Amino acid sequence: MNQQCNRSSDGGMIDRSKIIKFQFDGRAYEGHPGDTLASALLANGVILTARSFKYHRPRGICTAGPEEPNALVTLGRKGRSEPNIAATVIELFEGLEARSQNRWPSLRYDLLAVNSLIKPLLSAGFYYKTFMWPRSFWYALYEPMIRRAAGLGALQNRPDPDRYEHAHIHCDILIVGAGPAGLVAAKEASRSGARVLLVDDQPRPGGYLSGESLEIDGQPGAQWAHEFADELRAMDNVRMLARTTVTGRYDGMTFCAVERVSDHLRARNTKVADLPRQRLWTIHAEQFICAAGAIERPLVFDDNDRPGVMLAGAARRYLNQYGVLPGREVLIFTNNDDAYLTARDLSAAGADVIVIDTRKKAPAAKLLPGRLKVFFEHALTDVSGHNSLSSATMTPLVVKGPKQTMRCDLICISGGWNPTTHLLSHLGQKPQWSQKIAAYTMIDSGSNAFVTGGAAGLFELTQGMEDAAKTGRNAARACGFSTEERSVLPLVSPNSSYAIEPFWRLPKQLSDGSKSFVDLQNDVTVGDLELSEREGFGHAEHAKRYTTLGMGTDQGKLSNVNALGLLAELRDQTLSETGTTTYRPLYGPVALGALAGQRTGAEFAPVRHSAMHDWHAEQGAVFTHAGLWLRPYYYPRGDEGFATAVTREVRAVRSGVGMVDVSTLGKIEMKGPDAGNFLDHLYINSFSKMKIGRARYGAMLREDGMMFDDGTVSRLSREHYFITVTTVNAASVLQHMEFCHQTNWPELDVQFCSVSEAWSAMAVAGPKSREVLERVVEDLAIDNGAFPFMAVGNGTIGGAFVRIFRISFSGELAFEVYTDASYGQSVWEAIMRAGQSLDITAYGTEAMTVMRTEKGHVAGPELDGRTTAADLGLGRMMSQKKDFVGRRMAVRDDLVLDTVKQLVGLKPLLEGASFKMGAHLVEDPTGIGANVSQGHVTTAVYSPACDHFIGLALLSGGRNRVGERLYAVSPLHNEQVEVVVSDPVFVDPAGERTHV
Amino acid sequence: MRIDCPWCGSRPLHEYAYSGDATTKRPDAERDADLSVWMDHVYLRDNPAGLHKEYWHHVSGCRSLLVVTRDTTTHLIESVSLAVQPSKGGKK
Repeated sequence: MNQQCNRSSDGGMIDRSKIIKFQFDGRAYEGHPGDTLASALLANGVILTARSFKYHRPRGICTAGPEEPNALVTLGRKGRSEPNIAATVIELFEGLEARSQNRWPSLRYDLLAVNSLIKPLLSAGFYYKTFMWPRSFWYALYEPMIRRAAGLGALQNRPDPDRYEHAHIHCDILIVGAGPAGLVAAKEASRSGARVLLVDDQPRPGGYLSGESLEIDGQPGAQWAHEFADELRAMDNVRMLARTTVTGRYDGMTFCAVERVSDHLRARNTKVADLPRQRLWTIHAEQFICAAGAIERPLVFDDNDRPGVMLAGAARRYLNQYGVLPGREVLIFTNNDDAYLTARDLSAAGADVIVIDTRKKAPAAKLLPGRLKVFFEHALTDVSGHNSLSSATMTPLVVKGPKQTMRCDLICISGGWNPTTHLLSHLGQKPQWSQKIAAYTMIDSGSNAFVTGGAAGLFELTQGMEDAAKTGRNAARACGFSTEERSVLPLVSPNSSYAIEPFWRLPKQLSDGSKSFVDLQNDVTVGDLELSEREGFGHAEHAKRYTTLGMGTDQGKLSNVNALGLLAELRDQTLSETGTTTYRPLYGPVALGALAGQRTGAEFAPVRHSAMHDWHAEQGAVFTHAGLWLRPYYYPRGDEGFATAVTREVRAVRSGVGMVDVSTLGKIEMKGPDAGNFLDHLYINSFSKMKIGRARYGAMLREDGMMFDDGTVSRLSREHYFITVTTVNAASVLQHMEFCHQTNWPELDVQFCSVSEAWSAMAVAGPKSREVLERVVEDLAIDNGAFPFMAVGNGTIGGAFVRIFRISFSGELAFEVYTDASYGQSVWEAIMRAGQSLDITAYGTEAMTVMRTEKGHVAGPELDGRTTAADLGLGRMMSQKKDFVGRRMAVRDDLVLDTVKQLVGLKPLLEGASFKMGAHLVEDPTGIGANVSQGHVTTAVYSPACDHFIGLALLSGGRNRVGERLYAVSPLHNEQVEVVVSDPVFVDPAGERTHV
Repeated sequence: MRIDCPWCGSRPLHEYAYSGDATTKRPDAERDADLSVWMDHVYLRDNPAGLHKEYWHHVSGCRSLLVVTRDTTTHLIESVSLAVQPSKGGKK
């Protein structure tokens, strides 16, 4: 093929001195810097670029912007493969590889094009009708079949190798769109001193001007825009983001935007040094100016989807911006004046042009050279050609007259222009129908959003820029800046005018019944909309869902207004009455990677390490996640497995001494004259009268009466308490306390804050724990007489201040040692050294779980948000003498029935048998089904002390069922084990060991 | 969305935790022994279309609870105040 056969010899904003090589469907082509994939394909005479969604009809490039419905391609390979990107937004880069989609075996010969022949089966609502019978076929046959045949590109099931980042930006005025209106508005606003952020989705500023041949202030419009933008860029208070699409407007003047940082720099499968692929911006603005321009809409007539049918404005842009003449025998079919500019420019570039206008006359006809033929009150009624155009037929609309068939290789269509007001409607504002421009428009909304230029429906350039200047000043004033009137506006030559008469569809009698497409991307035809209306789904919102119109990746940017016009006609309504569907964020497709940003893989969430983490790691600990923390799970020695190591650790504690890192516990320091009183409100038990220097186990409820958290509260002085809460609830307990203080009991004089990070903590447990600690603790006597169970005191270890609590979770004689986190590891190591001769053993969270289960202590699995204190055997702790959170609701009738689930212990009937956490407790294992479960196993471990499996369970009426036999069944594991209900405390029920 | 914290100024939504309806008041434990009063307090919430008062907790900021008066139909925030006025704190 003649390389770049459609490229003009000069003009446009491309650099003809440099060649960029790329591939489309495996074939090599060449383009230039400044090209998009679409312009480069058109330059090379590639007309056929895609197959349609449902009918697999051949399609070509239709637009020159992000609104492209047809030419979607898959870009890149392997992990970088990305489907469904519009060729019109892909900046050409060296080595680019793109593939067409939704075709088999090839784009030119697509076997699934037979779908066109079974169109009656695939009409609107076919999901709900055609494939309903037999019912069982839906999942097995119909749905997979439809999904295979209809669709777009395929997702890659590989990790995305690229990097994305998130960033915030603040400004006084956000202006979206760097076309003539946006540029002028930015200039005017910035002169006041306001911080202006100007965002545009194209590589270069200019917007509309980049595609036009007009002059401003005596220079080509695009050139003027560049120089104007350079002036802006030089200002300290202006920032411009190119290649950035503002995708959504959210509450409180927050916007989201995606910047394509290095997409255009990507060579094949390589990383661009140190640049993220895309950047997701959160923009915070005081004022917003929408200057996003307008999007052209197609005309609806028979076979209007053929490759070679293109929007008139797009054809003009390909010529003026990219130096591509997309056709030489051109028919222009329009209902408005704008397409005459295309006729003028294409004709000047050497194409044979014929204009077909549905209207009686056109003010813009005077723009055209005399030789150019214009047929008024005519319409295109037939398009011939399959993979490219051969000819088209035109028919008079009003009087009867002969049809004329003309050869063509390009048909430019224009059904009018729709202001791009998506960002204004994201917060729910409804557009108004404007008869003058036959489009929906938005007015400035509220006090902080403005619209100007083409986005405001001002399609005449001078008028648009005048309004933009005023809008820029108004926005600056709204931010509190003072502005002066600007006297001189750029001079536009020639200034365009705009007139239009709506033409929603070909009159029925002129159609031969071929498909007329309204939504090109989702293959929705006039026939589908008629059917939808006939079947009672004629409301705009209904028709959208019934036909899927506007639900493609282009979100109906081309199709919505045509569909509404058609529905209005069918329903004999005005367009104001028909109303619109709602535009919602996102404006265009956004890569999931951009939304995830850096939060993927290891960076998905922060990881917290205790001060002793390095020690654990050196000892070969296996870690487990607890909230964001990494905690030692167990410390295998040699080739020990999980069970052996855990059992060894438990035995070491029960017979000697062990130490566990409990730094992850939430810690709260509370002070003030009312601290005790406040704690009484928070906990079910009482702390205001607790002795100084003592700790106490405490439990707190939610206001609905369910257990929320447990831990210890210690009184360090009259007005000073120290509180520990569970690791995973550390943040929510503090939040709960603040809520209670600031809303329920603000009169209490109490201050508290989290000190979780300030302290390292370790529990030294086992009959020899005192012996170890006595070797290192100074300034505190810890013998049983001076320092009894639940005593609290201050001392030092190796000179470091320590707070010691005689608290036990394991059920053994135990001490919790707290120290400044910066001394955590040295205190830990000092205790380890002191205990070496007594074989002190580091133990992990699993050994801790085993021991607390042996003692019947509840933890996370039992505090599941559905259990009361009474259910867990803590009912006696609930004070009768004071008001506390959850007090009233905990004793409501339904929660104190005999049948509520209560904490029990479990043993297997046969020693050596095991059962699983999560297993259900049933009386008869043969009839497993709904409503037979009497409870479930919350914790199941092997107990070295008992030498068999033990468990904790929540069992209906459990406390009165000790000794009963039940089955623990886990259908998931196909397991049923006979168990015996027992008391939940398996080791040292009298609690003597902790008191020695 | 952004909320104007009286202490910290205008801050983005992710610094705050929604903390429920600010129009309800915890029943008085002495007077309101009636269970239905508590059931209402714990479970029943109005869902007004229009202005509504809600608690927002500035957990990544000053940790104050704010009473935000917000229009539920437009999400526009009418006013923000502290749940506890500083002058009232402290002294009984």
